[in-house]
Amino acid sequence: MFESTALNDKNRRVEKLWRLLFCAMTVMLVVPVLLILGVLVVKGGPAISMDFLFTDPTDGMTAGGVFPALIGTVWLVAVALLLSVPLGVAAALYLSEYAPDNLLTRIINLAIINLAGVPSIVHALFGVGAFVIFFQFGTSILAASLTLAVMTLPVVIVATRESMQSVPHAFREACWNMGATRWQTIRHVVLPNSISGILTGVILEVSRTAGETAPIMFTGAALFLPYLPQSVWDQTMAMSLHLFVVATQVPGVPEHLPFGVALVLISMVLAMNAVSIGFRMYLRGKKKW
Amino acid sequence: MDSSGAQASGTFDADRRNASWWVDRVVQALVFTGGVSAIVLIIGIFVFITGHGFGFITDHMDVGEFFTSPKWRPTSDNNPTYGALALIAGTASVTGLAMLVAVPFSLGAAIFIAEFAKGKTREVLKVLVELLAAIPSVVWGFIGLSIMNPLIIETFDVPVGLNVLNAGVILGLMAAPIMTTIAEDALKAVPEGFREAAEALGATRWQVIFKVVLPAARNGLVAAVLLGVGRGFGETMAVLMASGHSINLPTSPFDSVRALTATIAAELGETAAGSEHYQALFTLGILLFGVTFVINLTADLFIRGRRKP
Amino acid sequence: MPPTSDTPLAAGADADAARAQAPSSSQAPDKVVVQDLTVRYGDKVVLDKASFEIREHEIFGIIGPANSGKTSFLRALNRMDDFTEGMTVEGRVSLDGRDVRAWRNVYALRRRIGVVFPLPVGLPMTIYDNVALAPRLGGERNKRELDRIVEHCLQRAALWDEVKDRLDSLGSLLSGGQQQRLTIARALSQKPDLLLLDEFSIAVDPVTTMRIEDVLKELKHEITIVLVTNLVQQARRLADRTAFFLNGECVEVAPTEDLFTGPIKDQRTRDYVEGRFG
Repeated sequence: MFESTALNDKNRRVEKLWRLLFCAMTVMLVVPVLLILGVLVVKGGPAISMDFLFTDPTDGMTAGGVFPALIGTVWLVAVALLLSVPLGVAAALYLSEYAPDNLLTRIINLAIINLAGVPSIVHALFGVGAFVIFFQFGTSILAASLTLAVMTLPVVIVATRESMQSVPHAFREACWNMGATRWQTIRHVVLPNSISGILTGVILEVSRTAGETAPIMFTGAALFLPYLPQSVWDQTMAMSLHLFVVATQVPGVPEHLPFGVALVLISMVLAMNAVSIGFRMYLRGKKKW
Repeated sequence: MDSSGAQASGTFDADRRNASWWVDRVVQALVFTGGVSAIVLIIGIFVFITGHGFGFITDHMDVGEFFTSPKWRPTSDNNPTYGALALIAGTASVTGLAMLVAVPFSLGAAIFIAEFAKGKTREVLKVLVELLAAIPSVVWGFIGLSIMNPLIIETFDVPVGLNVLNAGVILGLMAAPIMTTIAEDALKAVPEGFREAAEALGATRWQVIFKVVLPAARNGLVAAVLLGVGRGFGETMAVLMASGHSINLPTSPFDSVRALTATIAAELGETAAGSEHYQALFTLGILLFGVTFVINLTADLFIRGRRKP
Repeated sequence: MPPTSDTPLAAGADADAARAQAPSSSQAPDKVVVQDLTVRYGDKVVLDKASFEIREHEIFGIIGPANSGKTSFLRALNRMDDFTEGMTVEGRVSLDGRDVRAWRNVYALRRRIGVVFPLPVGLPMTIYDNVALAPRLGGERNKRELDRIVEHCLQRAALWDEVKDRLDSLGSLLSGGQQQRLTIARALSQKPDLLLLDEFSIAVDPVTTMRIEDVLKELKHEITIVLVTNLVQQARRLADRTAFFLNGECVEVAPTEDLFTGPIKDQRTRDYVEGRFG
């Protein structure tokens, strides 16, 4: 009796130790990030002001604001979404609602996995070869956004497909039994109940797209432009590339400037993510069945 | 049964292919195009990259030199050489160090989140991991450049802080959230019944984890590590900014190196389209594409292996 | 089922009605004819060469233990195999003398066949929209006509009084018994001339079951009803004729009362209805 209690005590201590170790590992993973964010806020915070957000860079990009880069990122993201969301939702609809379990479907799934796994710089090469040169879009917002769209397509597809598949199959059968076509079933039952999940995925895609640098470097983003883009055929500045430029390419930049740019960029991205996560949690709490 | 003569014509009127029927057909064709587009795109990527890099492979490339020479001197006036060994070594050393950092921590974190953490703690940790994954690579590069760099110089008393160590740690932090998420999914996929059965036999919590849960989730965990490797391998901006970007066969973590991806990013802007150098950069792209393709395929096989039984 | 009994059932129903009223002998014409029907899921045969007829304006019971192929028959009848991976159908099922596979527009076929599932499925939309969905899909836009259909169908399904003040609440959040009646109302809103009920009373309390049974007895004057049930006594209360399915085999089809007391072909039938197995 006594011995078994001792054994239990020992077991409990070992278990506590493991628990502590794993907990420490998790903390080690999360804490540096919080520290880094803290440093960004402390060092970049002073640079941020309305002027910073709404004026052009001046003095060879060693002073002034980020306005053209901010607008450029909005352009790039918007055009990329226009291209990738319809295509991605269509692909997800096919995979979730129509695709039979055959070889073609398996190949499509493999293609999506690989599309997501190809390095961003390879996407950039593809963008240069296909959109800039072959289709003769030149270095332009269109070429850059197309490259971004191809790259982030898997994000939309996966999020949309998951959200559609969370709608119970019984609802579909009920509709089919009433003589609804597949499309009528999708329109009246599947889409209304997955649209919010799709939106969550789209927001996530926005944040991914806004932060990408490599794919736009050679396809449409410029180091510095003294004017705002007027159409998709223009080049543009972008926040992500601007950070790279002021951090590495421009001599004599005061320290707070790149920190300011980084803080604005990461705030945009994390805010988008936070919205997406919050949205998802809100939805989880609001069950319709 | 009624004879066919009794079939009412009215019955057939109802059996028209009406607008709804055709709309459904058109939608089906449209979404099918969407689905197939993924295949078209991945083939397109392959075709365009090999198309642009092929001239180099057939006309200029010396395979022996490419894989064994560390001399990447594409801009040399009289005798440009294209030895990718140093670039491969750079990528390998940085990715290797990143995995050394990331694998234990992400698996540990995945175990903690999946097996120990409950309720609010779990939710908060998952959100943090997700936010960690969202930080753009150029921001990571900037962190390497502006925060890690002085930190390494000070701590280790070395002249340059942009090196394998810097890029490896940065890359490790970047790959960790992906690995954590996939590994946690794999752990969660182990049926609760396995755990209960082991606990009923008197196994303690950590015995259950090590003897039952981890072996059962093995395939998923391997896939998680593989995808982490793929992510580190293909990372561009962070490595470009944090590795020092100088051609070197590294002998210590404090050597600066140059990665395959970073080389393309740094040099593509300065080459004329169609030139030998330009084609050589696309050849590096073929290499990157091939390796990540194999990694992703293998990871997928492991994940499938997990789902089958 | 028509909103008012004097309007035609569906576009093609005039002839059906004419045939139904034609002075035949004591026996009504066949509504559904099943010949050598075999249903497989993958390699597994779940229904093996079943042959029988279902007559117009009768309640046709199908009894049998679980996995005897009852539900598979219903799914073959409205061609769910078109949308179901791995499900294959051989043999022939005809509705009003026409092979269901000969229908070029499978949706038009299904619109004539109302189905009620074992587990109630209230769609995640308002109660009103649940019942108005089928007419809307059929092209009905008139708000007053829709209102009328909704009220009529809900009343037929004995649900109107309970939900008439909250037609805007979600159909998927009703109680199980209410959802089952909502499902019936929805099936009726298609104006089907054939109604399939698949073990509808599983999720319903006894009182509601009785109310639905009363509704069915009334409905059979207008439409044909196939009642799949695992409750032998329910078949006895409602069905005019009953088929006994066992392990994918259609063992026996006979007037319901015969299964219990009359002459039968197969001893297994008597064993089952008297509760000796199953």
